[in-house]
Amino acid sequence: MPVLPRLPARPEDLVRNRINRAPSTWLATGLPWASIMLASMATFSPIVSSAPVLPPLAFMVLLAWRMLRPSLLPVWAGLPLGLWDDLFSGQPLGSAIILWSAAMLAMEAIDGRFLWRGFVQDWLAASALLAGYLVLAATFAGLAAGYPLPLSVGPQLLLSVVLFPVVNRAVALLDRIRLLPLRRL
Amino acid sequence: MARSQDRRPGFSRRAQYGIFTGYVVAVLGLVAGVVLLIVSLVNPGAFGFARAAASEIARPAGQAGAETRVAGQSIFAAIGAYFNAGRQNAALSREVAAARANAVTMRAVQQENARLKALLGIVDPAQRPVTAARLIGSTSASARRFAILNVGSTSGVRAGQPVRAAAGLVGRVIEVGPDTARVLLVTDPENVVPVRRASDGLPAFIQGGSNGRIEIRLINMGINPVHKGDVFVTSGSGGIYPPNIPVAVATTPHRDGAEGHLASDPSEADFVLVLPIFQQNAVAALAESQKVAGPAPDGGN
Repeated sequence: MPVLPRLPARPEDLVRNRINRAPSTWLATGLPWASIMLASMATFSPIVSSAPVLPPLAFMVLLAWRMLRPSLLPVWAGLPLGLWDDLFSGQPLGSAIILWSAAMLAMEAIDGRFLWRGFVQDWLAASALLAGYLVLAATFAGLAAGYPLPLSVGPQLLLSVVLFPVVNRAVALLDRIRLLPLRRL
Repeated sequence: MARSQDRRPGFSRRAQYGIFTGYVVAVLGLVAGVVLLIVSLVNPGAFGFARAAASEIARPAGQAGAETRVAGQSIFAAIGAYFNAGRQNAALSREVAAARANAVTMRAVQQENARLKALLGIVDPAQRPVTAARLIGSTSASARRFAILNVGSTSGVRAGQPVRAAAGLVGRVIEVGPDTARVLLVTDPENVVPVRRASDGLPAFIQGGSNGRIEIRLINMGINPVHKGDVFVTSGSGGIYPPNIPVAVATTPHRDGAEGHLASDPSEADFVLVLPIFQQNAVAALAESQKVAGPAPDGGN
């Protein structure tokens, strides 16, 4: 029986030659934006639900990128990315623009306040931001529906807090792919 | 992890201005978001064109996803069917025997019904569905409940048309693009469906709670006659939804109505039917009279 070629465990092993190479500019700058925009399109996943069950994936990916690489996304990234998310999320247009811009500014404040950051602190900050995001998004949706919504964000919030480290790891993997030396100097 | 060095520009004027501009644009973005939110709250259809265009972009992905969903569900259903095949076979045989007897009775009732209607001179408009479609996506992270269809205005879909699955009502179309349409699901609080109890015609209406449950509210107050398991079907009043489509089953009765669950879970529907508006003229006349009367004093919806 022929032995199947094993996939390398690390994305860096995909590229053989490392001397005289640099990361591709397109991939290095575009991958964060592309991954967040793709996460916004999770609406078009095979799940058709009659209740809000999925965590806000796109916002989680945004936070993960912002925490992993603080200077990669500009402070104003919430404006274009939030606009894109609003087109798909079903929220009234403008809701994600406000909340994402506010989250980027809040992350700046958190960065300025604490000199050292660690996993637990990042997780706490993300949990606080996710809670604020879900509650305010549900409030905006309630305003748009013209009917006070029963706050049903509890299970969603729990799921997103638990899933955040997983999203963080996935983004860390994307970050290693982002920096693969593909361009010949 | 120590703080990144990138946000400390040192003496470089250019870097300082760059960071300052970034903050200005971020705050302007926040303000722009507030303006856009107010516009879309005042006029919910204002950005429908942008949403329709976005749905068109994502349509192929959603289409593939919908097919995968249906295939996946049938695999699990097939595996699950083996576990209780014997018991289910016996139960189904009994049910078929009972159903056969019922069918004969129903045929007689149907004929009698037709005869009586002919006597009274009532003509039921036989309405053909506009088209069949797949649900290719839903807003599964938002508290608003929308789904997206893979057909649009090129297939004759128009805003306002009701959408049903085999098991019951799904919602109504609110925004239409060339090849996609956005459906307001029954579970959205903005969607109010006039219904009646299937057994005796007790009038009520149904409003979504956006958490997957729906609220059945009775029109006549008093002693609550709703019991667990009562089935509610559309009544046809309002002129949008055709009568006799199952909508909800009551689960927990309370003081002035009941909480219920949907007759048709949109996640289990592989195909849905878009139906024409039940009484097009009546709905148009109602909209016209509302326009003449002006907006309701409470801002009405």
